[in-house]
Amino acid sequence: MNSVRLIRTIFLFTCVLLLEGGVRFGLIPKRVLLPPSEMLVALMNLIMGGKVYADIAQTFLCIATSLAAAVVGGFFIGAAVHRLPRLRRALDPFFATYYAVPLFIFYPVLIAIFDLSLLPIILMGFAFSVVAMIIGTLNGLDRVPPVLMKVARVHRMSRFSTAVRLQLPAAIPHLFTGFKLAAAYSVVGVVASELILAPSGLGHAISFAYNDFDNETMYGLMLLLLIVVLVVNMQLHAWEQRLLKQWTGR
Amino acid sequence: MNSHIRSTLDTCLLLAALLVGWQVLHQIVGATALTSPAATFRHLGTLMKAEHAQLGVHVMETTRAFIFALTISYALGITLGIWLGTYRLAGAVAEPVLVALSALPKVTLFPVILLVFGLGPSSKVAFGVMHGVIPVALFVMNAIRHVKPAYLKTCHVMRLTPLQTIWTTIIPATIPEIFSGLRVGFSVTLLGVLIGEMFASKTGLGFMVINAINIADVETMMAVTLLIFITAAIANGFLLWVDHHLHRTAA
Repeated sequence: MNSVRLIRTIFLFTCVLLLEGGVRFGLIPKRVLLPPSEMLVALMNLIMGGKVYADIAQTFLCIATSLAAAVVGGFFIGAAVHRLPRLRRALDPFFATYYAVPLFIFYPVLIAIFDLSLLPIILMGFAFSVVAMIIGTLNGLDRVPPVLMKVARVHRMSRFSTAVRLQLPAAIPHLFTGFKLAAAYSVVGVVASELILAPSGLGHAISFAYNDFDNETMYGLMLLLLIVVLVVNMQLHAWEQRLLKQWTGR
Repeated sequence: MNSHIRSTLDTCLLLAALLVGWQVLHQIVGATALTSPAATFRHLGTLMKAEHAQLGVHVMETTRAFIFALTISYALGITLGIWLGTYRLAGAVAEPVLVALSALPKVTLFPVILLVFGLGPSSKVAFGVMHGVIPVALFVMNAIRHVKPAYLKTCHVMRLTPLQTIWTTIIPATIPEIFSGLRVGFSVTLLGVLIGEMFASKTGLGFMVINAINIADVETMMAVTLLIFITAAIANGFLLWVDHHLHRTAA
């Protein structure tokens, strides 16, 4: 296990080193790619400079808002749909198709309706992530062991306390998987929308820097976003694995 | 069978409800922001007619870029997946990296693709490939890892070469799973190509949508969006059907 991790680290390190060397020795033109070390310096300068704080704050605010709405909304929709098997069967083809359809295409429609503001961006983030949460909730509730429901009946628990004290805890690992996917999707939804057309935000700043031939800012911002996403994803993944192990291990 | 018909009917009812919702939204926000369903279908009809050859050109452009991107995604993804699936160490080293890459918001990297490939068809193909390769590789890799060990032992006993093992045993044994990978790869590659067109292209359906919004031509925007949506939904429905069929016959 440890040797695998070692090989992986060496491999990734070699990739970065090759990239650095390739640009430094002119194999890759510098107008195409900055050497990774300079990307890091650019990122530092951006953070020190403070000019991008507003964009960063706005993007993460949009992501947080859309994710919160998607998690809460997705959970309640999922729970409601789970209670209505007929509706659920009818919805199945929609869920199966949802992520196969390029949702970005609807962003211009949202702009046409709500004008160029933060609302279409948040709605895109929400639209991207809510279905992942609904599916996660349905999966979680499906996997609540039937014996728990029998226990609830034996103890004459009310519907509410069955839901809160038995079904919810039993479904948690799958809910968390839904949350993890929703988080990744909401980032994609928000940043992609900002890249396509937006007055401000991280995505807009990246596309502005690109149009301005400002590679330092562009790569610095990209690096920032990728690092944040990578770290958050890895952390969520680790938590998810731990939850799954705890819950199924018992 | 009866329940099958009923759930299909229910799905149709939901579709109808969606159309009603669209119409209601149209009444609320007005035709300048959102055209009505009837008007959108009508406009799509006129766009499809011969005198508006424009739509045809853009459809061809998108289709061409998509076919290129899909071919490359499949070829690369399957090769990579087979390699990572058969060599355990390579798979163990690469899997977390691939999973992390697949969760990254790849749209962010679009400017890099533009700098490398320039404006034009090759960057949308590259963008499609970037989306498509990793899911296909991951599905194929996982499928191969779960081939029954007895099959592989049999191959070993019969002294098949690695290529023969892959061709006569591994691929036939994993067809349903590989197909699932190809299905997912299909939709994400289409997504990649369309986003590529939306960002930087002068041709294709993605460009048509973004161009229509820039000149405030809501009718065209809605019609093309509808066309893409319906095509993607039908293609995905068909692939899902084949997928279920393969999994059922394999089981």
